[in-house]
Amino acid sequence: MARSLSFTGEIANLLYAAQPNPVQACIQCGTCSASCPVAGFMDHSPRQLIAMIRAGQREAVLRSNTFWTCASCYLCTVRCPAGIDIAYLMYGLKRYTIWRNRHAPGLIGPAFSRAFMRMIVRTGRSWEPALAPAYLGRRGWRGVIDEMRVAGALFLRGRLPLRPRWIRRRRALREMLRHIIPVGGPA
Amino acid sequence: MTAYAYYPGCSLETMGRAYHLSAVETARALGIDLRELPDWNCCGATAYFHIDELLAYTLCARNLALAEQAGLDLVAPCAGCYKNLRSAATKMAEDADLAEHINEALTADGLRVSGATRVRHLIEVLIEDVGVDRIRERVRVPLTGLRVAPYYGCQVVRPQRTGAEAEEVRFFEDLIAAAGATPVEYPERLRCCGGSLIATQRPVALSLVHEVISGAAARGAQVIATLCPLCQINLECYQGQARRVHGGPRPVPALYFTQVLGLALGIPARRLGIGRELVRAEAVLAACRRAATNAGAAA
Repeated sequence: MARSLSFTGEIANLLYAAQPNPVQACIQCGTCSASCPVAGFMDHSPRQLIAMIRAGQREAVLRSNTFWTCASCYLCTVRCPAGIDIAYLMYGLKRYTIWRNRHAPGLIGPAFSRAFMRMIVRTGRSWEPALAPAYLGRRGWRGVIDEMRVAGALFLRGRLPLRPRWIRRRRALREMLRHIIPVGGPA
Repeated sequence: MTAYAYYPGCSLETMGRAYHLSAVETARALGIDLRELPDWNCCGATAYFHIDELLAYTLCARNLALAEQAGLDLVAPCAGCYKNLRSAATKMAEDADLAEHINEALTADGLRVSGATRVRHLIEVLIEDVGVDRIRERVRVPLTGLRVAPYYGCQVVRPQRTGAEAEEVRFFEDLIAAAGATPVEYPERLRCCGGSLIATQRPVALSLVHEVISGAAARGAQVIATLCPLCQINLECYQGQARRVHGGPRPVPALYFTQVLGLALGIPARRLGIGRELVRAEAVLAACRRAATNAGAAA
């Protein structure tokens, strides 16, 4: 009979593939939380989140905004005395919740990432205006006005990308990406 | 002239056009020929890594393979592209299974990564391959008295440097000093600007923008020099919003390091894309005029 994997084991596996030190190596020293420039905006600090993973608190971890608030600055990773790549763990958790469609409600990040991926598969290059619908409507009138103001100023200086860019061999690119089987289900 | 495969990245096509112009001009003045990689594709930014790691590495690998075809090292001016391309190259070198899986996908475009290409950031090429001493010798318009805050941000330094090496880098200060300007010492030089959060977590990003701008302003910076288009756009275009939320410092212009260095090398401001800023870099141009007047007086 197949044994089901514990939540702690699943999350540890996100790191096992590429990293020598799993979350079990954490000594709970808090260097990550003290170094993190955005810890004040997280509902659980990185140290707390690792403790919750180890305690198997699956629902609380998946609901947390911590990894979606991570700015990928890698300060925690380069300072961790236990050698855990914490920023990489945060990426792993983002993917985990996107695959399972189980992220905290009200976040812009998952929709933004999905829109970004669709765009790249289609054109091969990034074109910022295509991403605006993924976040603009979520910030209210004030947010829309702010964004228009920045866009207008960039436009006047010839810095607003008006036309999307395409790579020439985009059909081959799509073919190439089809060779890759996403590990965790549809994106 | 030493040739490199040049990977501009998506931001340099429009919002960061000035970085593209100044990178090519400044590199050429220092004997470096940046040859744009034909038909390059997006590196995946951070968003692609949120969805699927293998897909993200495959996107990067296509660019590595194109550079191998050209037989050149790959140079990226964007810190984010640099980190992604570099980590893809490293992961593929360390993990033969991963490399095989990705190479299998690359056959769809007749491409293959063997591991021959090194990934470099533009500033690395200038510091390591040209060298600060040779750059200093080429400076014709020393920016004497101009206080420039070197902003490293994250991904040129981390995660590939660790320990003290990640905290005590000095190459950017050295480069600014070589241009004749005064590097500003401030603790936020290695702190994140929040660029990857500007669309998805605006309040978080604005608090980081505020920290960097006010740190540089408090120590008398007249301009912030950046080495990444995302840092530049974030620090320049969103400092107004950050000021509205957090109050605080006077406006501080943010230029690309290639614009500051290019001016010192005597390249005209227009050819470096200067004049497209939202926060005007008047102090920088004034330093150039002073240098020109001094040179005139000396002659």
